[in-house]
Amino acid sequence: MIDKRVSDLATAVAPIFDGAVIMIGGFGTSGIPFGLLAALLDHGTRDLTIIANNAGTGEDALALLLRENRVSKVICSYPRSPGSVWFEKRYEEGLIELEVVPQGTLAERIRAAGSGIGGFFTPTAYGTLLAEGKETRVIDGVGYVFEKPLPADFALIRAEQADRWGNLRYHATARNFNPVMATAAKHTIAEVRILAEEPLEPEAVITPGIFVNSVVEYGVRP
Amino acid sequence: MKPLDENGMAARLAQDIPDGAYVNLGIGLPNRVAHFVPEGREVMYHTENGLLGVGPMPQAEQEDPELINASKKLITMVPGASLFDHTLSFAMMRGNHLSIAVLGAYQVAENGDLANWATLEQNFPPAVGGAMDLVAGVPQIYALMRHNSRDGTPKVLKRCTYPLTGAGVLTRVYTDLCVLEVTPEGFKLIDLAEGNSLEEVQAVTEARILT
Repeated sequence: MIDKRVSDLATAVAPIFDGAVIMIGGFGTSGIPFGLLAALLDHGTRDLTIIANNAGTGEDALALLLRENRVSKVICSYPRSPGSVWFEKRYEEGLIELEVVPQGTLAERIRAAGSGIGGFFTPTAYGTLLAEGKETRVIDGVGYVFEKPLPADFALIRAEQADRWGNLRYHATARNFNPVMATAAKHTIAEVRILAEEPLEPEAVITPGIFVNSVVEYGVRP
Repeated sequence: MKPLDENGMAARLAQDIPDGAYVNLGIGLPNRVAHFVPEGREVMYHTENGLLGVGPMPQAEQEDPELINASKKLITMVPGASLFDHTLSFAMMRGNHLSIAVLGAYQVAENGDLANWATLEQNFPPAVGGAMDLVAGVPQIYALMRHNSRDGTPKVLKRCTYPLTGAGVLTRVYTDLCVLEVTPEGFKLIDLAEGNSLEEVQAVTEARILT
């Protein structure tokens, strides 16, 4: 029998270890697995590499991981936003390594990792600082930068609804990075607002359960 | 000088968006363009975080905390809207499917260079977001920005001094003082904000404005 449900957030994050590379879904405050992040903070692991679009705002759970010095590296497209105080403080102190990746390149590197692609040429960032030191090629008159896949040990994602098979569907713009991150980690943990008793309608499934290792209900919508 | 206010700038740019266009709106002031679609036109606004068909700000009873734009502000969806994930959202950008992108800018230059992601300040973490993906794949790139910074530092330049988002990618520049087209010869004036003369605007612009 396939049953990916776990009873609580602490159990869901228990496999995460020191030094892990962790993808965190979400964009702004939408689609971020705040319940799993709070559990990760309690879990106490350190020296984490975080792959996410943003780097936390105010005192949200992602910002608290930075405040508590659990994070050694952030791979991110837009770390700076109104209220990203803990990221900026730790960055200024030199306690966090930052790799800035254009947002579409971030998504596509994650996609490559999740779909067995060894890299790709993208026109994004060609001729800019972010292409320095990278292989480039001109194909049919257009300049491209070679980008490598970006895998992770864990993906912490947020969805609207799951069934026991780990199938997921999303709500509004809370989908964002969550489906692609689910494909690219060795172990994907989904926090869902509703854990359905019945199987999801197959036509409505956005992330097939094969990409998901565990689902846990967390009813709060931020 | 009579600069437009932010709503005036957004409304002026919206007048140039044709019926049927698919338009990405960047973070900050560009997001406001969605509120000013001229009467009789249907425009699909794209937001990088996974929505084609951004509508106006919600009334209190319509608010959905998981329905936001690239500026993380609450929005609504128009009829015909669609939702998708980040890989598809950026396929629309890089794959040449959108018509126009409207971006904020730190600096623009007469050779079409755009700088809007990093400054030269130490300890100021750079944040590129989707800007480099947009300039790589959207044919019309419009900068929407104040003509000069608050302290008077010119932003409409002969050459950018900040790291580039893209080289030679701009097609138009909309400021609080004027609208400029980027041509092989440099910036060409399209129009001036009401109540300003070319001489006045040229006097506060580093780049030459051609007519």
